[in-house]
Amino acid sequence: MIAKRIIPCLDVKDGKVVKGVNFVGLRELGDPVEMAKHYSEQGADEIVFLDISATNEARQTIVDIVERTAKNIHVPFTVGGGVRSIDDVNRLLQAGADKVGINSAAVHKPNLVKEASTRFGNQCIVVAIDAKRFDDGWHVMTHGGSKDAGIDAILWAKQVEALGAGEILLTSVDADGVKTGFDLPLTQAIVDAVRIPVIASGGVGHPDHFTDVFQATDVSAGLAASIFHEDTYSITDVKNTCIKKGVLVRET
Amino acid sequence: MIAIVDYGMGNVLSVRHAFEKLGEKVIVTDDQITLREADIIVLPGVGSFQAAMKEIYDRDLYHILIELADKKPFLGICLGMQLLFSEGTEGEATKGLNLIPGTVRKIDTDFILPHVGWNQLTIAHNQPAFTPFEQAFVYFVHTYQAKTDDQYIVAKSSYGEDITAIVRKGHIFGIQFHPEKSAEIGSDIIQTFLNEVKQ
Repeated sequence: MIAKRIIPCLDVKDGKVVKGVNFVGLRELGDPVEMAKHYSEQGADEIVFLDISATNEARQTIVDIVERTAKNIHVPFTVGGGVRSIDDVNRLLQAGADKVGINSAAVHKPNLVKEASTRFGNQCIVVAIDAKRFDDGWHVMTHGGSKDAGIDAILWAKQVEALGAGEILLTSVDADGVKTGFDLPLTQAIVDAVRIPVIASGGVGHPDHFTDVFQATDVSAGLAASIFHEDTYSITDVKNTCIKKGVLVRET
Repeated sequence: MIAIVDYGMGNVLSVRHAFEKLGEKVIVTDDQITLREADIIVLPGVGSFQAAMKEIYDRDLYHILIELADKKPFLGICLGMQLLFSEGTEGEATKGLNLIPGTVRKIDTDFILPHVGWNQLTIAHNQPAFTPFEQAFVYFVHTYQAKTDDQYIVAKSSYGEDITAIVRKGHIFGIQFHPEKSAEIGSDIIQTFLNEVKQ
């Protein structure tokens, strides 16, 4: 059977790994390629780079990071953040990324998802959805989780699937940085709405949070950042917890 | 020297690095003379069967690939593996390289597609070189798969239906998953292929 994937996420700003709490209060951590290598050796099933400097600032540095990663890392990796055009997608894939994540640009220009998946294949187009709870349901958020796009997240998930997204990276803006676990109702709602793999993100503070989301929902993968970066727990700790609780993961 | 066939279907950087890591000399080319000089031919690829066959015809590679597969060790990876078979049914029915009998069709499963992620191998009993990979996890990304006679199947995986993971007909091999993205196990599988064909 297919294993549940454990994915560390590296938030990259101006070429360095950083991690914010609730998307603010950034601090520097280290070299993205070295960190990605470290995680892949520990048994990470995939690596995600999110270029958070991208929306407002220059992002050429990420292409160099992608090239160095492709040379040194032998597990799949996704790059997202500030991807706005077919040229951006092409540049990252040519540099060696396996998948490209599209976030805000998909909201403003849904056709980009369609064009990119038609041209490069569904399997390499990941649509990132940042969702936040409101009285009338979950809304899609843009600009690093700060701006309400006024779109229902469940309907949006169905729409990006129809446009050709191969996978959804779902981040709960409410849970992100809080470390009390994944947003289980949101995750279940999105998984139920689509027939493509969903990666849950936001809220991990303990290895049990991975087993919680894998046992409560049919999500394909779980993503976390700070618990790995801060050395609170390793990828191995998370996988051992999964094995102990009967969740199938790739053993390394 | 290993020649990776360059026919415009996806990025071959990682496949190249995977062989170089094992100490092999690698060239990425669509030049017929260079392909003839190579000791081993690797046909990679990501994308659609139909588009890939069109590229192979447009670059005048169809006859030379069939000719080389007759003489030299040949490895198809992912879409490159699917092209080894007689026919693909993605889009319009399209003739493949017909090096191994079989048809490439959509995975018939209740599970979500594409089949993406790490899945386990089951090795056929008559393939001792590959038995160390029994239950090993490798990385798959695909929606279509090759259906062929059991005699050609080296390894299978399971995703609501049996998935053909590694095939072999003499010195022609095909790998459906991405060994270049399957960490150390993937590297060991490529090394096993090299050992088998260099004997």
